[in-house]
Amino acid sequence: MARFVMEFERPLAELEAKLTELKALDAAAELHLDQEIAELEAEVEQLRVTLYQALSPWERVQVSRHPERPKTQDYVEMLGSDVFELRGDRTYGDDEAIFAGLVTIAGRRCVVLGHRKGRNTKENIRRNFGSPHPEGLRKARRAMQLAEKFGLPLVTFVDTQGAHPGLEAEERGQGWAIAENLATLAALRVPVVAVGIGEGGSGGALAIGFGDRLIMLENAYYSVISPEACASILYKDASRAPETSACLQMTAADLVRHGIADEIVPEPLGGAHRDPGMVYAAVERAISSALDSLCGQEVGELVEKRFERISAIGVFTEGE
Amino acid sequence: MPISDWFKAREGRRYTVASADKSADLPDGVWLKCPSCKHTLYQGALNDNLSVCPHCGHHFDMPAYDRVLALADADTFEETEATISSLDPLRFSAAKPYSTSLSSAKEKTGLAEAMITGRALLGGHPVVLGAMDFRFIGASMGSAVGEKIARAFALAQAEDRALVLAIASGGARMQEGMLSLMQMAKTSAAAERLSRAGVPYISILTNPTYGGVTASFPVLADVILAEPGALIGFTGPRVIEQTIRQSLPKGFQTAEFLVEHGMIDGVVPRPELRDTVGRILDYLCVRDVPEAAAGAACAVPTEGGEE
Repeated sequence: MARFVMEFERPLAELEAKLTELKALDAAAELHLDQEIAELEAEVEQLRVTLYQALSPWERVQVSRHPERPKTQDYVEMLGSDVFELRGDRTYGDDEAIFAGLVTIAGRRCVVLGHRKGRNTKENIRRNFGSPHPEGLRKARRAMQLAEKFGLPLVTFVDTQGAHPGLEAEERGQGWAIAENLATLAALRVPVVAVGIGEGGSGGALAIGFGDRLIMLENAYYSVISPEACASILYKDASRAPETSACLQMTAADLVRHGIADEIVPEPLGGAHRDPGMVYAAVERAISSALDSLCGQEVGELVEKRFERISAIGVFTEGE
Repeated sequence: MPISDWFKAREGRRYTVASADKSADLPDGVWLKCPSCKHTLYQGALNDNLSVCPHCGHHFDMPAYDRVLALADADTFEETEATISSLDPLRFSAAKPYSTSLSSAKEKTGLAEAMITGRALLGGHPVVLGAMDFRFIGASMGSAVGEKIARAFALAQAEDRALVLAIASGGARMQEGMLSLMQMAKTSAAAERLSRAGVPYISILTNPTYGGVTASFPVLADVILAEPGALIGFTGPRVIEQTIRQSLPKGFQTAEFLVEHGMIDGVVPRPELRDTVGRILDYLCVRDVPEAAAGAACAVPTEGGEE
């Protein structure tokens, strides 16, 4: 399958295409272009390193949205076993934009939640591109409460552009659904580990996206507002998103610097989709070690620490 | 008033959609036009009428101090945490430097931040009272607003005072990035604690209340009220129209719309707010069945309470 090429990768893709062409030509006509091929290969390699080594925030946003990037269901399939999906909010419907289920991860029985983007257009339409309606968030809340009731740790995978912005979502109380999840997560009497695997779009992400630990993939972002929306508010021009994505300080490294995220899981050069196997293993290790340290803690203390952790976030002055 | 006028006024009250009003900043003695009924109003008279148009009932934006004074029993409001204000942790400078926006907001409003909080009596009940001021960067919630709110919740719990918050906000303050988004979690966590302690919390949603603020502490109140015509929602109408590419129904996201959809308890005109909140607190602070309530009884016993 042809790889989806991100805008900033185009020079590399062109060079790679040339290399392939050259190799084909060499093989077909026996031109003995070995030296030329080796030179071009070196050039490709060098470009790959310079291109991917220090991605700008906007480039990371593109990587986080790459259609072949591993998604919640991939993590559930690759890391999890004995999966039983929990469906429906018991009030309105089952929102496929949110996955909820009983999943065994790293040898532990857990409740797992995640924003569920589709792997193709058909899936994406059914799953609303991973943007939940209130019923999806209420399903998530039901799963959180189930985790608490039966003492199962909660693991969440965060990957959404945001809560769905629509008429029906408003009618059914999008804001209310998010707020209730925040209150529930804040006080949930089981360990909560959140993993930012792709996009962390505002309230819809936060509604399942914080806890005792926040683990971020290297190219995942988490932001108060999408860089495009920020640019259209500030500049009346969404195409200035590359600028606002830097201003908003929304990369994994920014989040660690602000004391919001705890840990960064490195990705292979070029992004998680380049070597998903490596990423699954690293994410599993990170979840496993977080759960190891959290599951031994006394519950009251765990919840108190989480409250203090959340309450400590913010930079302000109390002076004159 | 002839009956036809009465109907007109009533229509106006029900469907007036208040809008962010620059004219509210004009000094006293200036005439201004009501955006709803187009009557020319004298600013002083408008102020005396709680910033409600005497002709059609249109609710103008209300500065935070006017708001707490209108809600608290006379001479009982005592401000807390008055010195908390924002810094610029991201050195945010897209389009306009955040530090510039902050200093001009301070100058324009005379406030240190977009929210004021304090102790007061309301209908004789000791309360913690807070109000947001839309003139201050759209009363958006950054670290300082989030901290003031979290401390208001903590104070209400520590002193067993009911919490009453008048809300107005454009949402999370994007100039503080993720620090602002996390204030949603922080204030919701604080609201959850107060709720578990059994201390009453009433929120009053005013025009406009949007975004990350709608999706956090205001809607976690025990009783949610809103002013007539106030626009309240998570996603703004323009963004929704761009997304679904269809026009929205009349009255969408008004306080009245939210009552119809079961999201809030009632629409209460500004002049009736103090009495209404007081009456609700008469119920919530009594605790006739003390063992049923998680927290201790309110400090001031009320008439209906039985020992």
